[in-house]
Amino acid sequence: MSLISTTAIRNRAGFKPTLWTFVLAFVLIAGAYYSFVRFTHGLGDVSALSDKVPWGLWVGFDVLCGVGLAAGGFTITAMVYIFNIERFHHITRPTVLTAYLGYILVSVALMYDIGRPYAIWHPLFMWNPHSVMFEVSLCVTVYTSVLTIEFLPVILERLRMHRAVAFLRRLIIPLVIVGVLLSTLHQSSLGTVFLIAPYKVHPLWYSPLLPIFFFVSAVFAGLATTVFESFMSYRFFRKQLDTEVLDALLRMAGLLLALYFALKLIDLKNKAAFSMLYQLNSTEVRMFLLEMALIVLPLALIMMPRVRGTRRGMFLISVLVILGFVLNRMNVSVTAFSAYHGVNYFPTFPEFMISAFMVGIGFVAFYFAVKHFAIFPEEEPFKQDYDDKLRAGMELPEIEKRPAL
Amino acid sequence: MRRGPEPLSDGKNNKKTFGLSPHAHHQTDPDDYMGLLIDTVRCTGCMACFMACKEVNELPNRNDEDLNKDTYTVVKKIGDAFVRRLCMHCVKPACESVCPVAALQKTALGPVIYDEDRCIGCRYCMMACPFGIPTYEWDSMTPRVEKCYMCYEKRVSQGKLTGCAQACAYGATIMGKRKDLIALARKRIQDNPDKYHPYIYGEHELGGTGTMYLSAVPFENIPFLPAFRDEPLPILTWNVLHRLPDIVVLAGVLMAGVTWIVNRRLERVREERGKTAHANEQESAQPQEPDAQEKTD
Repeated sequence: MSLISTTAIRNRAGFKPTLWTFVLAFVLIAGAYYSFVRFTHGLGDVSALSDKVPWGLWVGFDVLCGVGLAAGGFTITAMVYIFNIERFHHITRPTVLTAYLGYILVSVALMYDIGRPYAIWHPLFMWNPHSVMFEVSLCVTVYTSVLTIEFLPVILERLRMHRAVAFLRRLIIPLVIVGVLLSTLHQSSLGTVFLIAPYKVHPLWYSPLLPIFFFVSAVFAGLATTVFESFMSYRFFRKQLDTEVLDALLRMAGLLLALYFALKLIDLKNKAAFSMLYQLNSTEVRMFLLEMALIVLPLALIMMPRVRGTRRGMFLISVLVILGFVLNRMNVSVTAFSAYHGVNYFPTFPEFMISAFMVGIGFVAFYFAVKHFAIFPEEEPFKQDYDDKLRAGMELPEIEKRPAL
Repeated sequence: MRRGPEPLSDGKNNKKTFGLSPHAHHQTDPDDYMGLLIDTVRCTGCMACFMACKEVNELPNRNDEDLNKDTYTVVKKIGDAFVRRLCMHCVKPACESVCPVAALQKTALGPVIYDEDRCIGCRYCMMACPFGIPTYEWDSMTPRVEKCYMCYEKRVSQGKLTGCAQACAYGATIMGKRKDLIALARKRIQDNPDKYHPYIYGEHELGGTGTMYLSAVPFENIPFLPAFRDEPLPILTWNVLHRLPDIVVLAGVLMAGVTWIVNRRLERVREERGKTAHANEQESAQPQEPDAQEKTD
């Protein structure tokens, strides 16, 4: 009986449940359950947060990492519209979609983390121009709106509202410039957030360069996310993998990783903190060294054409860069404070599940967007066709060029 | 139920410029802020301040060891001395500068107060406070930041002493203007140099604090009163923040310029290509046609 029904489902939707389907289903169910608990019982019931550890996984991962990993949006649009680099055109839509979903999810995750989610609109009207957090919340709100307008043509195209699409496309360059400005501001300001606490943040992470560190690392993490997302689309949606473009992205990420590492060394020198690194029994030092290893290792792999040239290598590099980035954000927001607070924080199961829930929703939303909108160029079968016809000496069909956004 | 009074309306100073920049300070002279002098040499650990605090703020009595949502002050035994812990009411509060919605404010009178109707619950104040003072109602659905508000609403704004200063029978908690408290502290040190460590904690730390301490032993022994530099913390973020408008303008102009130059070049390349392609076409098709020649020129 059950066998028959599964087969039926399979046939109908061409859908094969894999291990990942079950993981996703589990995450979505658990996430929904703990969301209910969070919004009916408060923060205390679901999290390990306390007066000593006011920020944990949700700020460190959902917000700081979410914003950083969505940085591909402004980087790629800048390359396409400001520097007019033609070959990135076809990855613009998936990248902007990723960024857009990323920012929406950051806003949703913020509602879980802040104690009074119903007051989330307050920063728009109750200003404190001296607060970095105020500046960040304003920038993130406006940038999410910019991303909405950037992505709108893709939706309107589908609804055949061609005049509106044409109008929006005329706005695209100023929009991209505003987007880059806003991103530069809030990506770096997330680092500025921690400048207020020189006596709390561990000296390995406290630095006047924090805004620059946050900005540079967000850019390389955004590029790595674009590569990662391409692989996910290739694996799950059978989209074509343009290894040449990914290679270019990774080389750019490599340049930024090198810059970042150099700045880290300069910073350690300025703080005279090198000797601190010998205290290998301290958690902070170990975490810091792991973080540095996750900068140097992908950098080294990027510099090896034999690794960077393979699909497996590319994927591995993107995962390593993302891991290093996530570790950095968690370290700055949690590890760096633990010595001061004197309490070891470890997220609870519900905290993990809600963070995973956000990622899960992201995957599902991406899937539906890809299904219903023209996110990817329809190249794969097309290109095959193209090659066949070329070989057969037939007349080539004209490739219709779609605008990047 | 709100914990703070209407912000910006303490009667004396309605025009408040969240004065944290080096150029627009709070309008009250820091020396005129009301503060508390905690003389740990005189303190006997009788807990009258603790009880008075609970009473004035209507907090449930749960003899906790450290500050929490129901305990705005504690008396800690450190060595032979009793040392009260409470909000320092900094002259340049980090909590006030970081609050995105200005829910925490330094009043013109001196107390750092909180408006729960503004608060979004981001808890940046708790992360920023160098003394680790603010606590949170973790189990509430409408949680508030809780800390000592120096009895602002109920007592100090009406010209009365704080609950703790009123209750202290030993002169170990004294309320007054910072300049008067500093003068008194100096006098006590001078009169009994063998009893006091000659240092007023809070006179200069982080730009000065409203709550100041006297002690018999050096302050290194008191873990919650760390050695801080004199530089106020809000300057650290302000140094970055106040540059942002310039960066936005410069970067905006630069990017618009780059876009223009790059696109102009590409257009030219396209034009050139189009021209040559067009010309070639025309030539091969009808080389003698005079109209076509003119067009391509």
